[in-house]
Amino acid sequence: MTKRKMLAGPYLVWAAGFIILPLFMILLYGFTSEDGGFTFSNIAAIADPIHLSALGQSIVIAAGSTVISLLVSYPLAYILSKRTSGKTSTVIMMFILPMWINFMLRVLALQMILANTGILNGILGFFGLEPLHILYSRKAILIGMTYDYLPFMILPLYNAMCKIDRDLVDAAADLGAGRFIIFSKVILPLSMPGVISGIIMVFIPSISEFAIADILGGSKILLIGNVIEQEFNLTNNWNLGSGLSLVLMLFIFGSMAVMNKTDADQEGQLLW
Amino acid sequence: MQAKELIHLENISKSFDGELVLDELDLTIRENEFLTLLGPSGCGKSTTLRILGGFILPDKGRVIFDGQDITNTPPNKRNLNTVFQKYSLFPHMNVEDNIAFGLRIAGKSDAYIKDKIKYALKLVNLDGFEKRSPLLLSGGQQQRIAIARAIVNEPRVLLLDEPLGALDLKLRQDMQYELIRLKNELGITFVYVTHDQEEALTMSDTVVVMNQGYIQQMGTPEDIYNEPENAFVADFIGDSNIIDGIMIRDRKVEILGVTFDCVDTGFGEYKPVDVVIRPEDVVLLDPGKGSMDGVVSHIIFKGVHYEMEVTAGGFDWLVQSTVGHPVGTPVGIWVDPYNIQIMNKPESDDEKAVGVEE
Ligand SMILES: Nc1ncnc2c1ncn2[C@@H]1O[C@H](COP(=O)(O)OP(=O)(O)O)[C@@H](O)[C@H]1O
Ligand SMILES: [Mg+2]
Repeated sequence: MTKRKMLAGPYLVWAAGFIILPLFMILLYGFTSEDGGFTFSNIAAIADPIHLSALGQSIVIAAGSTVISLLVSYPLAYILSKRTSGKTSTVIMMFILPMWINFMLRVLALQMILANTGILNGILGFFGLEPLHILYSRKAILIGMTYDYLPFMILPLYNAMCKIDRDLVDAAADLGAGRFIIFSKVILPLSMPGVISGIIMVFIPSISEFAIADILGGSKILLIGNVIEQEFNLTNNWNLGSGLSLVLMLFIFGSMAVMNKTDADQEGQLLW
Repeated sequence: MQAKELIHLENISKSFDGELVLDELDLTIRENEFLTLLGPSGCGKSTTLRILGGFILPDKGRVIFDGQDITNTPPNKRNLNTVFQKYSLFPHMNVEDNIAFGLRIAGKSDAYIKDKIKYALKLVNLDGFEKRSPLLLSGGQQQRIAIARAIVNEPRVLLLDEPLGALDLKLRQDMQYELIRLKNELGITFVYVTHDQEEALTMSDTVVVMNQGYIQQMGTPEDIYNEPENAFVADFIGDSNIIDGIMIRDRKVEILGVTFDCVDTGFGEYKPVDVVIRPEDVVLLDPGKGSMDGVVSHIIFKGVHYEMEVTAGGFDWLVQSTVGHPVGTPVGIWVDPYNIQIMNKPESDDEKAVGVEE
């Protein structure tokens, strides 16, 4: 073995122990019944109405939070990328900073903000407005996911837009393009790699999310992530949990394949 | 008779971050002229061009186009098109869509656009390239597409910012001729930016030599080459021997302790001056037969001629001649009085940059 290959050794061990082996175990569990015999029933269990509805909920909420993140992030990233002053990095920092705080803490903080007697309703009450009953609803989960994954949308968008050559914008203007055409014909198509990365980065973790649904949804709303978690931790049915995980994984790979097909520059893969 | 005035940059000043880049620049561009802004990197050429294109606003001054003040007109409303330094083709569109970009915005019919693309591609010798991606084209081809994209809009003025800068020598020379041909075929005004003096002299009707945001000299290529108005221009345009001299009286100048005949008058008596002598104008004779004696200290063969350094009077003269002499040969130096160019010395550093006002 060459020296360089030796250096890769520890990573290979790591990859084998923490990626390959667990995947293999999930495959094994997913295709066997509790007595050890081969079966498709764990996979087919997705057809169970409860599981189907959980998957449906997950897709709707993940898609919703992805769309909201995109709509919020796009203009922001665009404005930030146009500025060259030192303030830009401060604003970007403001959006990245929460990522450094523990995920659970952020969700719990949101719980306190959104609670019926929480900070948000306190502020509304101060202005004499009706309190909102957001917590323990789909809205709360949506807000939580959007808040948590927003930076993963902003960063790839911002990067993609910074890469757009200013001269291309000047060239478009030179050829007679006004703001709208510059945006639709130059900025938008050239920022597509960032859009696609952002969608992948937000949609995929969102669709398998369960902690946010637990805390902000108050266990009233069952997502596919919750179902899988419960099979592992509550019911102790690892076979069913693995089977459903495989279905979810298939779904994720499917959506990534679709996105990557649209992503000519493969920027989404770079980030993964 | 001179052609009609098309563009007037009126006392344009521009600073970036408190740094004055253009200072009261005043420039007239005539119809159908090939005008070149020539100067070292950072002297404000691109800034001047970008003010013309409307991409930056001047701090002071006005831009007059065909009698109208367009200082605050945005680029998309100006009847001129730019060929950018880095070509700036749209990478997500094929050649055809790049060229059609301006025409589609102008709302031209599909048939018209198709004809125009065909015509433009033919003009730049790239027939049949419609469906290619600009990313897969060579620098020279991208350059031509950028030109095609600009000219299909039938601008009255084409602005070109160092369009040949990224090309290799051979291609650059070919493109120089193509650009001249294009200009003549289109019959429009070209405003061209380069730091390459040879390029400027080859292509232009008018050369504007710039330094540190000031116009140093403006004139035909012949004027600029043969009669540089100051040491900067002389130094920048071609190789030169620039020597300190003293104007003894009219038609007599002392250089390196030797008196030479010249044709300049009106500098006064015993006045320090800069003397410019082009290397091809230095004639080498046998020792004792010229105005002063020296020794060949260096020689290289340049293809068409030899380039030699001759040490004489404590100065290393740059000499070009079709006859070479080995290093160490004693020679005499002689210069035709007509080829001795006398210039006033700048009196301050400021004036060094300003040069002589027209
Ligand atoms: N957008 C800008 N911001 C700050 N400084 C600039 C900008 N554009 C040009 N400059 C400065 O102005 C000077 C002239 O630039 P430019 O016109 O591009 O020179 P040239 O094209 O002759 O090389 C340079 O010192 C450059 O650094
Ligand atoms: Mg420049």
